[in-house]
Amino acid sequence: MIQVSDVSHRFGEREVLKDINLSVRERRVGVIGANGSGKSTFARLLNGLLIPDSGAVTVDGLDTREDAKAVRRRVGFVFQNPDNQIVFPVVEEDIAFGLKNLKLPKREIARKVDTVLAEYGLTHLRDRAAHLLSGGEKQLLAISAVLVMEPRYVVLDEPMTLLDLRNKKLILDTIRTIGQPVVLVTHDLDHLRDFERVIVFDGGRVVADGPPRDAIRHYTRAMA
Amino acid sequence: MLSLYVPGDSFVHRAPAAAKLAILVICGAALFVVSGIPVHAAELALLAGLFHAARLPWRDTFRQLRTALIFLVPIFLFHVFVTDWTLGLETVLRILVLLLLAVLVTLTTRTTDMIDVLEAAVRPLRHVGVNPSKTGMMLSMVIRFIPMMMREAQEVLEAQRARGLDRNAIALLMPLLIKTLKMADDLSEAIEARGYDPEPVVPVWRRKG
Repeated sequence: MIQVSDVSHRFGEREVLKDINLSVRERRVGVIGANGSGKSTFARLLNGLLIPDSGAVTVDGLDTREDAKAVRRRVGFVFQNPDNQIVFPVVEEDIAFGLKNLKLPKREIARKVDTVLAEYGLTHLRDRAAHLLSGGEKQLLAISAVLVMEPRYVVLDEPMTLLDLRNKKLILDTIRTIGQPVVLVTHDLDHLRDFERVIVFDGGRVVADGPPRDAIRHYTRAMA
Repeated sequence: MLSLYVPGDSFVHRAPAAAKLAILVICGAALFVVSGIPVHAAELALLAGLFHAARLPWRDTFRQLRTALIFLVPIFLFHVFVTDWTLGLETVLRILVLLLLAVLVTLTTRTTDMIDVLEAAVRPLRHVGVNPSKTGMMLSMVIRFIPMMMREAQEVLEAQRARGLDRNAIALLMPLLIKTLKMADDLSEAIEARGYDPEPVVPVWRRKG
């Protein structure tokens, strides 16, 4: 379980999150809100990329402030722009990067890379230069590179924003197959209809939190 | 020569990366000791055999050499007019052998294997504070991000041209610098998120006990 308790956070003078209290137990949680509402900051708190100015975030009892490395191993994070998260020049090498960080033996790394490439239909791209992939392929690589590390939770920060319709569908279908609990930050409300819970951010606060239909209705009314 | 590994199963591909890089360094140095057109021609023939054995597409090889070849022509012409053409030919052949050898190593060796060799090579320098893991990561990122930077520069140029601005170095550099800093920021987050945790390196003069 991810627990967010009394969390507030500032960037300089601007308070981006104010008194957030919630816990994430569901398998599919959506996070929506206007630009600058604090949803991406919230997502970054969940795997310890950001440490809150006040309050605490714990993942399975591990505090991000004290056990940031252990938390990052538990919570995989997919960024909006895959170009900025693919570290190695070749597809196969990038997937292996996270596994090397886990200090796994070479043979184990090779086996896991093979499995994840096959699972996400990337085997034919294994030796391809990452910068030559399409947007959808890049995002698929970014997701695979996170999932190969077998995190307990997966947080995705607007992973479909830069993609065309076909690639959006590809990534959405992939997200649907993820076995772990997922927190998806998105602007595409349609993608959240079958989620268990949707959290709405506005001005750094949670203004709605509940089943998708109610939360999305609240959000669309506020945006009207 | 950015991440252009061409997969294959030839003996050139299978040769250890350390051996290939060592041969590249040794031959690179030796090339400036040995001389004579027939010697360099024989080296070229040997390299052609290795390219054939590695089944490397000529198109990929040529693409790697294209820019360098442009410089070989003026070098040759300079010698024709200033010294003599045989010296020009020998110089051009020498450079060509070196370039082809580098291309052969690049096209048949995975980046990670090269980086592993580099990390092993700089490991002794950890006593003076050089972190092998960070050095390898740095090289990997240079290879990864040069094509991205080129694309970003192209985008900035196109945006400026669309708004009626001709080529202007400052107008290009400023937005490119800002984009690069943002990219570096995002990338450091991504690396952190994927558990990158290099072993700390302490130089001998800072070690206690």
